[in-house]
Amino acid sequence: MAGGPRLYVAQRLSALVLAPLVLVHLALILYAVQDGLSAEEILARTRGSLFWMLFYGLFVLAAALHASIGLRNIVAELTPWRGRSLGLAMHLFGLLLLLLGFRAVAAVTL
Amino acid sequence: MAETLSVSIWRGGAEGAFRAYQVPHRASQTVLDVVTWVQRNLEPTLSYRFACRVGMCGSCAMTVNGRPRWTCRSHVSAVAPDLRLEIAPLRNLPVIKDLACDMTGFFEKWQRAEGRFKGGLSRRDPVERILPDAPQRRAADAAIQCINCGVCNAACDVVAWNPDYLGPAALNRAWSLQNDGRDRARVERLRAVATAAGCHACHSQQGCALHCPKHLNPTASIAGLKAASFKAVFKGEL
Repeated sequence: MAGGPRLYVAQRLSALVLAPLVLVHLALILYAVQDGLSAEEILARTRGSLFWMLFYGLFVLAAALHASIGLRNIVAELTPWRGRSLGLAMHLFGLLLLLLGFRAVAAVTL
Repeated sequence: MAETLSVSIWRGGAEGAFRAYQVPHRASQTVLDVVTWVQRNLEPTLSYRFACRVGMCGSCAMTVNGRPRWTCRSHVSAVAPDLRLEIAPLRNLPVIKDLACDMTGFFEKWQRAEGRFKGGLSRRDPVERILPDAPQRRAADAAIQCINCGVCNAACDVVAWNPDYLGPAALNRAWSLQNDGRDRARVERLRAVATAAGCHACHSQQGCALHCPKHLNPTASIAGLKAASFKAVFKGEL
């Protein structure tokens, strides 16, 4: 079976980090679309902002960790796929989320 | 009472079918009484298990109208007010024949969850003092009355999805031992249960707590194990 106590702790802690970040992210969406949505407005807010870089950087890190561990549990529970190959596939999935996420953060903040 | 019960009982092993019987309804009749009546009067080859008939031994659990129950203390009037009974073997265990399940795997899980007391004293040592109202003793009390009937195991969807899952009964037992001040295998037991097929697999659906005939709450015990494993990771014990 996949998983262990460390993965369990990592998933719970990443959820703890994600909860407030998701709330701020949703509030930000509501705020940002008030006068219509434009790339200029978003980039004006995020370009060169260390705060948003750290905020979404942490968001990506927590989401990649949380999603890859969670997906591993779901797959192990609902399909016969378990063991090392599933662990490896979920490492790759987490890495993919991390790369795509950091790429997006870099694109709007640098 | 002249009323008659319409009873259908599972006959056969994993492959089998329900067979219908008419059984006279009596006052204070239990589901186990109905099964016994069918075996004595209609179907001498009907296989089922029971021993104490008073809710202590945990051997007579079956699926009654779709729900896992201890049959010796389930009154027909309470569980089948329309006088129709469908009696099947417990879910999540291999069926041997008719209403008898193979409990081997169920009890092996107790062993895998280190569900046995491991003391550290010999007979030459004085008896350890455990205060009745100590918080740890009270926590053990909440989980200690299990009669190993397998009802929680049958009620649990996670057991159905993952046959390796230790299940509510074994984990509940492990939790009562974690709270036993005389036990010396706390870390060892936590290692055995803090796995993806152990306490971390529980979804807290509470089917076990809903159906437990002793009104225990294995979900709460499993939550206790989860919290203990969380702390143990930071202490470096896991």
